[in-house]
Amino acid sequence: MVKKTYEEINAKIRAGEAVVVTAEEVISMVREKGIEETAATVDVVTTATFGPMCSSGVFFNLGHTKPRMKMSRVFLNGVEAYAGLAAVDAYLGATQIPETDVANKAFPGEFNYGGGHVIEELVEGKEVLLEALAYGTDCYPRKKLEKMIRLEDIPQAILFNPRNGYQNYNVAVNLSDRTLYTYMGILKPGMGNANYSTSGQLSPLFNDPYYRTIGMGTKIFLGGGVGYVSWYGTQHHPDVSRGENGVPVSPAGTLAVMGDLKQMSSRWLRGVSFLGYGVSLMVGIGIPIPVLDEEMLKFTAVSDEEIFAPIVDYSESYPQGVGEPLGQVSYAQLKSGEITIGDRVVPTAPLSSYFGSRQIAVILKEWIKNGEFLLTKPVFTLPVSSEKVDFKGLA
Amino acid sequence: MLNTGGVYSVKQKMVLYFPSTVTEQPFTYYLIKDYNLMVNILKAHINPRKEGRAVVELSGEKKDFLAGLDFLQSRGVKIFPLEQEIVWVEERCTHCGACSVICPAGALVLERPDMTVKFLNEKCIVCEHCIKACPSRAMEARY
Ligand code: SF4
Ligand code: SF4
Repeated sequence: MVKKTYEEINAKIRAGEAVVVTAEEVISMVREKGIEETAATVDVVTTATFGPMCSSGVFFNLGHTKPRMKMSRVFLNGVEAYAGLAAVDAYLGATQIPETDVANKAFPGEFNYGGGHVIEELVEGKEVLLEALAYGTDCYPRKKLEKMIRLEDIPQAILFNPRNGYQNYNVAVNLSDRTLYTYMGILKPGMGNANYSTSGQLSPLFNDPYYRTIGMGTKIFLGGGVGYVSWYGTQHHPDVSRGENGVPVSPAGTLAVMGDLKQMSSRWLRGVSFLGYGVSLMVGIGIPIPVLDEEMLKFTAVSDEEIFAPIVDYSESYPQGVGEPLGQVSYAQLKSGEITIGDRVVPTAPLSSYFGSRQIAVILKEWIKNGEFLLTKPVFTLPVSSEKVDFKGLA
Repeated sequence: MLNTGGVYSVKQKMVLYFPSTVTEQPFTYYLIKDYNLMVNILKAHINPRKEGRAVVELSGEKKDFLAGLDFLQSRGVKIFPLEQEIVWVEERCTHCGACSVICPAGALVLERPDMTVKFLNEKCIVCEHCIKACPSRAMEARY
């Protein structure tokens, strides 16, 4: 029986002796040497994902002005940040669009710019126009501010994403006879394509399906820098059906993550535009999984053939919240470029970048191997049952 | 050319070159007002010598369209056919692969098992579908 503690693994990392592999590499190792031997050798498995994650944004403290100001409306390059917080605090959401955007009035809207793009530009070091309005008080008399700012000029910028890293997601198809413009991309009529969006065998929560090692305080790769899992994400819904390997067969667990934006990189935080839908932010996340025992290693060795996603119609079933999935399909099939639904062969396309995910898993592996990145034991792990997590819908 | 109920309507992109002597004239205004044309300026540039170059799309009824072109030429504007090409801005590409099912010509392909996207310029038919379909705006039209 292999048993390792966080402390033992960290001691090996500090000594530069830890054996670290990616969630892709561990699959072939297990095929060659078996679970037991691989578990004895490998200390950490790195997982990653790089895809559009709409529930993302940044908390800013913009710094006090002279005279002082209690900002009630804040705009960054014309994109509004929520300012119903203390004087110069604001939260910019990734999907916010400028008030001047005609959105879907000219259907399908292009959504060329929004919160996600502002975040990317700030991280890139670009200047951004800050406009703020206030009603003025005795203690905060100033009513208007216009100023070019850079990320380095702002006291604090904290990336805080309430829902990232979904454990599994739908495969979107379109049964209707018109093109659909969705957050799952452009869906051609009559099942012209099937779009999916997770990194499969590399994706963090597929490799720790029961959240044995991931929870509040888990140190992660976030947007090119270091971040932490800060809570379970919104819509965290672990009580779904799972395969024998424990992997959910529909959307399940989620993560809330946070980190200092100033040490992140625009390579791994990218503003994106979805035709007819809106803007979002592509977020790069990497999570190290400690091989505490054989079971943990077995979880990380899960491969695309053993992970299944539901095929969902986005013309009727998803928007109306009715009906059942059209079937299940494995990530191996999805990644092959086509799937068969009934008697139809449908081309597939990903929305998240598998290539980028693989790069993140490798970067995180190097950080750990070089002793720069130690693992943290979570304060508590993500809930495995919804008993204490409400997952109600509105009528 | 589209046949709209007996009246031929035309929609065409072209490059207009304005010598420095004419750059201050309001050509767009005349084209719209006197020739009933829709003018869509896709790109415009005036160099330090005050010569202008614009990529425009003109559309309207065929007789108006031809008369509009005659008018431009009579005022010294030179008209060139549009040579457009689609470029793939690799630094912006995240290799997500979303474009691979959008491109009708097989010019954007997701290579397996690497899962990287390749742009095959020679296959591109300049349909422009990818430009708005690419979430990262990595595909651009250049004239
Ligand atoms: S959709 Fe854009 S970002 Fe994605 S692979 Fe194609 S060109 Fe690259
Ligand atoms: S312009 Fe059309 S043919 Fe060329 S790459 Fe884009 S989608 Fe493909």
